[in-house]
Amino acid sequence: MRLLTHNMLSSNIKGVTNGFPLLIEAVKVVEKEVDFNEDFLKNMFVKVEWKALVEASRTLGYTELPESAEASMLDSDEFLRKFHHALLELHLEDGALVCPETGRKFPVSKGIPNMLLHEDEV
Amino acid sequence: MAKQIELEQYPTGPHIASRLLYTAENSFGDVTDKVVADFGCGCGTLGLAAALLGAEHVIGFDIDAESIEIAYSNADELELDMDFVQCDIRNLGLSDRNIDTVVMNPPFGTRKKGADMEFLSVALKVASQAVYSLHKTTTRDHIKRTALRDYNARSAEVVCELRFDVPQLYKFHKKKEVDVAVDLWRFVPKTDRSKDS
Repeated sequence: MRLLTHNMLSSNIKGVTNGFPLLIEAVKVVEKEVDFNEDFLKNMFVKVEWKALVEASRTLGYTELPESAEASMLDSDEFLRKFHHALLELHLEDGALVCPETGRKFPVSKGIPNMLLHEDEV
Repeated sequence: MAKQIELEQYPTGPHIASRLLYTAENSFGDVTDKVVADFGCGCGTLGLAAALLGAEHVIGFDIDAESIEIAYSNADELELDMDFVQCDIRNLGLSDRNIDTVVMNPPFGTRKKGADMEFLSVALKVASQAVYSLHKTTTRDHIKRTALRDYNARSAEVVCELRFDVPQLYKFHKKKEVDVAVDLWRFVPKTDRSKDS
């Protein structure tokens, strides 16, 4: 599961006010190279929750992303490459996504999170 | 593969999948370089077709672990990158910021009434650019009316009519094969939710 996917998911357990972002428990992380697409990245930059991406990438062992970022940084190829790497090339293979409010774990296996809610969580 | 009858799991044939994806990209530019979500992905046919057409990031969503297993190994075999999320799409916390296009072949609602409409409702909430979906031709007026009136669609057009061959998959299927007239729809959500516009 790429961090771009993680950036879209939140805990929707009944009673939770803010289930985003999900915390990550990383047991196995894999890196898979993918072609660099500058236009795509520039487009995504405004749509991504930056803090959540930084936190998540650090949990997966990648510490190169700056704490905060602004549009002017998109002119830097170095920045774009780091953004590319964090967003698309880091994969959480095994571990869990954790609801930030309840601590409930959604297991991740083979890169696939199981976000099914129990009956009493709906 | 044990099929769960209530989920109405019918594989999307390759001719329908390619029709859907080629139209989405060649007529509307909704696939290449985009973030594409496949709702009720099953074996991953639509999502994988999107990846083949150059979607930048594809995510398949399905409730059934077995289907996702198959989709996962299909992706692996084709050497395509596709993320999968096991979930009930109706109660998944999913943002409306990042997904450009939703492609889907939802349950038709023959077992669980309204299943197709639930899928469409969620799709129109999260897609920024377009939703492509397959629905029985007999439901055409109802779909158009509901999408425009209740689901935030700016437009709802039938792109083409297709015939979906349903093979005798289940015990309750009386005939050897039946073909169903199906509409390929393109919906455009009303609000532009991207931050920078």
